[in-house]
Amino acid sequence: MKNSWIIAKRDLGSFFNSPIFYVITTVFLIIYSYIFVNILSFFSMQSMQSGQLQQMGIALNINEMVIEPSFQNMAVVLLLIIPIITMRSFAEEKKSKTFRLLLSSPVHLKEIIWGKFLACMIVITVMVLISSYSIGFLFMIGEPDIGPVLTGYLGILLTAGCYVSIGIFASSLTENQIVAAVITFGFSLFMWVIGWGAQAASSTTGQVLQYLSVIEHMDRFLKGMIETSDLAYYLSFIIFGLFLCYRTLDSNRWR
Amino acid sequence: MIEVKNLTRYYGTRRAINNISFQIEKGEVVGFLGPNGAGKSTTMNIISCILAASSGSAKINGFDTFEQSLEIRKIIGYLPETPPLYSDMIVSDYLNFAAGIRGVDTKNISSSVDRVIEKCSLKDVGHRIIGRLSKGYQQRVGLAQAMVHDPEILILDEPTIGLDPIQIIEIRKLIQELTTEHTIILSSHILPEINQICKRVIIINDGEIAAVDSLGGLAASLRKSDRLSLTVRNSEDNVIEKLNGLDQVISATNSEGNQYLIECALRSNLQDEIAKLALENNWGIVELKPVSMTLEDIFLKLTLEEKEPEK
Repeated sequence: MKNSWIIAKRDLGSFFNSPIFYVITTVFLIIYSYIFVNILSFFSMQSMQSGQLQQMGIALNINEMVIEPSFQNMAVVLLLIIPIITMRSFAEEKKSKTFRLLLSSPVHLKEIIWGKFLACMIVITVMVLISSYSIGFLFMIGEPDIGPVLTGYLGILLTAGCYVSIGIFASSLTENQIVAAVITFGFSLFMWVIGWGAQAASSTTGQVLQYLSVIEHMDRFLKGMIETSDLAYYLSFIIFGLFLCYRTLDSNRWR
Repeated sequence: MIEVKNLTRYYGTRRAINNISFQIEKGEVVGFLGPNGAGKSTTMNIISCILAASSGSAKINGFDTFEQSLEIRKIIGYLPETPPLYSDMIVSDYLNFAAGIRGVDTKNISSSVDRVIEKCSLKDVGHRIIGRLSKGYQQRVGLAQAMVHDPEILILDEPTIGLDPIQIIEIRKLIQELTTEHTIILSSHILPEINQICKRVIIINDGEIAAVDSLGGLAASLRKSDRLSLTVRNSEDNVIEKLNGLDQVISATNSEGNQYLIECALRSNLQDEIAKLALENNWGIVELKPVSMTLEDIFLKLTLEEKEPEK
């Protein structure tokens, strides 16, 4: 664990010293903020007609109509930028031959992978924390329910964890960062849309596809529910990705 | 201390090393010598627990480099061919990181880093970014990284490659200073380097060990003749002929211009007779000297002899 932290700390240092972190965070915040402002202004437009809506039996709910879609969109933006964060993890170490320092040190491969995962997750957490100004603002002007906000953040971070574990695995496959990013992006997107096949497929296959989909599980978190099956999905997803990464790096000793 | 037995390693179908066996005792300074692509780096990578062997075993202090690699990694310091430097880091930060990752206790890290900074004369560049340092300094940082945890064994893969002559001398001096405290394995394709630093050489060619011996031993075992070099002012066509006419001369060849290389029987001391011959024929001696067998000759001889049976 101590070794993982040493590795994570070094990675974080290089993230925060390089322009990559600042560029990515800026892009993330601009896109997310633009979406958030639009969702919010749509909500405020509707709230002006709240009388009419109430007559139609539609209640205005800031959690459901602002926070939930904001989180969903944040997950999409994260899908686009996480590959750029994770692509360096192992690809850069291998390319610049620094990986041999780690490999010839008394550190277990698991600790190295865990350290890389930790570093990426901390970077993403920092970005998500900065973006939480938006939700904070809602608490200043209204009274949203805090429960779904917290579970929503948990859902976002778990989803991000899945992308990161794919990303680290992809990064262990190649020396080329762009290849790693493209694999990560493609695979993450696939896991995102896999549930769409459910309608066309037979009922059992459909259920399986639905269960495999990343959004499917996040939706319940956004609604304020923490279900064991969702947690199990995320954790096994993350561990499986890291396991594949471990196998890949371990097999490098043989190739 | 280091025991390598029948080590073989394939990359795909290409065999990088074949059936290599050797032993290295504590405190020895051993040179790995061989042309590029001979399998030096592969062997070193296996000893450093980075690669697994296809067959055979490498043991350090009784620990297997594959099964018990964590134990071994605590006592080795490895400098790969390309020093493993994070070019965006500051030298002192990097060494702190290397100390942490190489298992130095948290409370001893700063003293360890200070020690290697002192030893590798990195004081002036301690706060500079690694990527902006000259190649020579980078190599020193690489060396500092390998010895920050004060390992028993230092494995240095071509530590002077790509440096300018002054830097090479500096690095060599540094390594020479280290020989008193560490067991060192050093690889190189530059012969004088090994000649200066190492007590024993392992010559690898085409993935196989061509010879293991001390330098003196190698030279003695390969010396079947003495050699003299003769340089004259007035070269005539019949110089070679006349030299060959001498009793104990095995062969005389014109090496370049007015210089001749004479191979003669061991301990024949032909200088006097050659000088007499030169005086009689008015060649005008410029220089007459014995040629000792250099590591280069040994190396060439060994690697060529290896190849001959194949033809």
